[in-house]
Amino acid sequence: MSTAVHADVNRRDFLMIATGAVAGVGAALVAWPFISQMNPDASVLALASIEVDLAPIAEGQAVTVKWRGNPLIIRHRSKADIDTAKAVKVSDLIDSASRNANVKGNADATDDNRVVGGKEQYLVMLGVCTHLGCVPQGDQGDFGVVTGNSTTGGWLCPCHGSQYDTAGRVRKGPAPENLPVPPYVYLTDTKIRVG
Amino acid sequence: MKKFTMLLIAGLVSFTGASFAAENATPAKPISFSFEGPFGTFDKAQLQRGYKVYKEVCSNCHSMRLVAFRNLADHGGPGFTEEQVKALAATFTVKDGPDAEGNMFDRPGLASDRFPSPFPNEQAAAAANGGAAPPDLSLITKAREGWHGTFNQLWSNIGGPQYVYSLLTGYEEPSEEIKKETPEGKHYNPYFVSGHFISMPPPLADGQVTFDDGAPNKVDDMARDVSAFLAWTAEPKMEERKQLGFMVLIFLSVFAGLMYFVKKKIWRDAH
Amino acid sequence: MSGPSKYQPSSAVGKWFHERLPIVAFAKDHALDFPTPKNLNYWWTFGGILAVMLVVQILTGIVLVMHYTPQTDLAFNSVEHIMRDVNYGWLLRYMHMNGASMFFVAVYIHMFRGMYFGSYKAPREVLWMIGVIIYLIMMATAFMGYVLPWGQMSFWGAKVITNLFSAIPFVGDFVTTWLWGGYSVDNPTLNRFFSLHYLLPFVLAAIVFLHIWALHVVGNNNPTGINVKGPQDTLPFHPYYTMKDGFAIVVFLIVYGLFVFYGPNYMGDAVNYVPANPLVTPAHIKPEWYYLPFYAILRAVPDKLLGVIAMFSSILILLALPWLDTSRVRSGTYRPIFKGFFWVFVVVCIGLGFIGSKPPEGSYVLWGRILAFYYFFHFIVILPLLGLLETPKPLPASISDDVLAKQK
Repeated sequence: MSTAVHADVNRRDFLMIATGAVAGVGAALVAWPFISQMNPDASVLALASIEVDLAPIAEGQAVTVKWRGNPLIIRHRSKADIDTAKAVKVSDLIDSASRNANVKGNADATDDNRVVGGKEQYLVMLGVCTHLGCVPQGDQGDFGVVTGNSTTGGWLCPCHGSQYDTAGRVRKGPAPENLPVPPYVYLTDTKIRVG
Repeated sequence: MKKFTMLLIAGLVSFTGASFAAENATPAKPISFSFEGPFGTFDKAQLQRGYKVYKEVCSNCHSMRLVAFRNLADHGGPGFTEEQVKALAATFTVKDGPDAEGNMFDRPGLASDRFPSPFPNEQAAAAANGGAAPPDLSLITKAREGWHGTFNQLWSNIGGPQYVYSLLTGYEEPSEEIKKETPEGKHYNPYFVSGHFISMPPPLADGQVTFDDGAPNKVDDMARDVSAFLAWTAEPKMEERKQLGFMVLIFLSVFAGLMYFVKKKIWRDAH
Repeated sequence: MSGPSKYQPSSAVGKWFHERLPIVAFAKDHALDFPTPKNLNYWWTFGGILAVMLVVQILTGIVLVMHYTPQTDLAFNSVEHIMRDVNYGWLLRYMHMNGASMFFVAVYIHMFRGMYFGSYKAPREVLWMIGVIIYLIMMATAFMGYVLPWGQMSFWGAKVITNLFSAIPFVGDFVTTWLWGGYSVDNPTLNRFFSLHYLLPFVLAAIVFLHIWALHVVGNNNPTGINVKGPQDTLPFHPYYTMKDGFAIVVFLIVYGLFVFYGPNYMGDAVNYVPANPLVTPAHIKPEWYYLPFYAILRAVPDKLLGVIAMFSSILILLALPWLDTSRVRSGTYRPIFKGFFWVFVVVCIGLGFIGSKPPEGSYVLWGRILAFYYFFHFIVILPLLGLLETPKPLPASISDDVLAKQK
């Protein structure tokens, strides 16, 4: 075989490979808008933060508001709730991570790391069970503050029986993680912005 | 075969987008804007001035319900900062609710809100404006044609912004004859899309809006600025579209070139 | 056309599978090895272009549906939501909107190519008739899609076109009420149009499969119009025509891209950016450009029922075309007189499109009638007579002879 034929074969191969590569890149780039369009759109992203006034929530009461389509639980905890939560050793917890978007690093799930310092009475977290996403019911289960027949604080997920304590930490399976605390800041003494 | 090609292409071009020669509307004044042509972009300062004209003049009667305050900070728009947008959104009052008691309440606008409408519904808008509801301005520059004709529109677009400009600057003192024809409460404007008589009184007067950048504020200047602003509200993704289009067409041209050589190579030994 | 398959499974698994479902052999025979006349010109690439456009329309359509709301109060706003908020929504929507127009550009070229080269003649009558059915379904699909944004032209276009059915004697009013699901075009109409607009493209895809099946039974026509005489006249579809079609498709995409990115609303109507208002008719109702010739024929007839009949006949007459053309020579290349009349017919169709875009006033009315008359005259009188009277030029002995002669 002469070198001329060789060169020709190489050129053809190069042309084919280049064209094939361009076609492949083109197909991949075309796919992107079709994939990206399913992501949250601009109007959804714009609504991602809400402001909540905490003043009307009486001690021992909890409110549920909608944030990004999910229930957000805000509970005004009593001293008993806080004391019960503080008494728990981190080593006794199923999930020892704080799961708090406002605390940096791998903080322990102490009660202090679940709330904002100086505002321990307000527990703000997503009411989405970390097992399969049901909404846990408040003032139920074995890990609230039990006085006589009634329980205050503590959450029980009706779907599969996961239980959370007065700081929203998982204490009984099958849920693997503590209820997540979303990013939020205090705008005033009794007003927070979530998201 | 060449004849086949040329005729077919000529035919298809002349027949796509063929438009009416509108019989009575005066063609818009052919002024030019910075956003025309394949590489044209919006003039941010002009859009900001146009926004001010909309806010201080148009928004008293015209809604712009498809546009959100946050859009004013979007890429390819007037280029307000997020802080500026929050501040200017707060100057609008938005109806929200129902609250915990089931009542609607007023609150200052947030960046995520869309522009509130000056009237609660179309009937109220019509009742307050002599029976003619002021049209929503979100899409006005895409919903109006400045001129007609297939090739005219191919080369110089449909002329929506020019239509708005011409309408705003086109009020004329009618001749005695026309004056007699003018219905009660209407104004003579030869550029108006349906007939020459429009319900809207001349909305702009020289010096009416003071621009922060000290730009001239004659009726002509304000009309240009607000037309440009409304071109943006109608097509907020225009800059993104042209930029992406440029890249796509470069890519396709390279690809077509490669495909041409591949085809030629393969076919060389076919006969 | 294709003989027994040359496909030999190389692996044991391949052989096992082939004995149970010979789909690989099928694909190889029909998409790769299919013997194709070696002299097809670029007008033959529009079949492939049309297939690509159908896929583009289905893909962009499916994602648009993820954001669109078929409800009269929300439809217009949801389209604008796509244009403003959805990631790349403006691109997908402009691709879909201009894709419809480009689809029709390609289908008209494809049809005129078939008419010029006699691709409808025996043994390709069924292939041609399936094509006409595809074209009809395309028109219905595009019409219902145009209603979905619920702008002024959407609404009034829907009203005018559905009112065509009220011309049917005795049952016309019942039929229109049934089509609307009410006493006017309203929410039920929008919902059913949306449902059908989503369904029909898949029906179209199935009929396209039949179209290709019929093509592969009788084989491609070619610019000489003479039959393939043996393997020396053909080339395997791949790589020869995959690459030729591929090149043409990319060039077509450039034209498509120019519209999508630099003139996305050129082929649309400004009035459709005004939300539908059932109480106000826009000054000039006119359909999208691809219906204009038929719209002109509708308006050319002063009687309501006869106008509707004329309009539908102008499309249905294409079904009879294989028998109206009496010439034994397929390709217009060898028919000197036919060639002239073909171009007159093309100009008449374009002229009808132009008339269709004009208000029915003054000389446009007369010209509309003359051109509409000629449209039918071409099919009913010229084509049958030409075949009997015309003396065709001598045909080449074979496709490969013709190709060799051209290369000299």
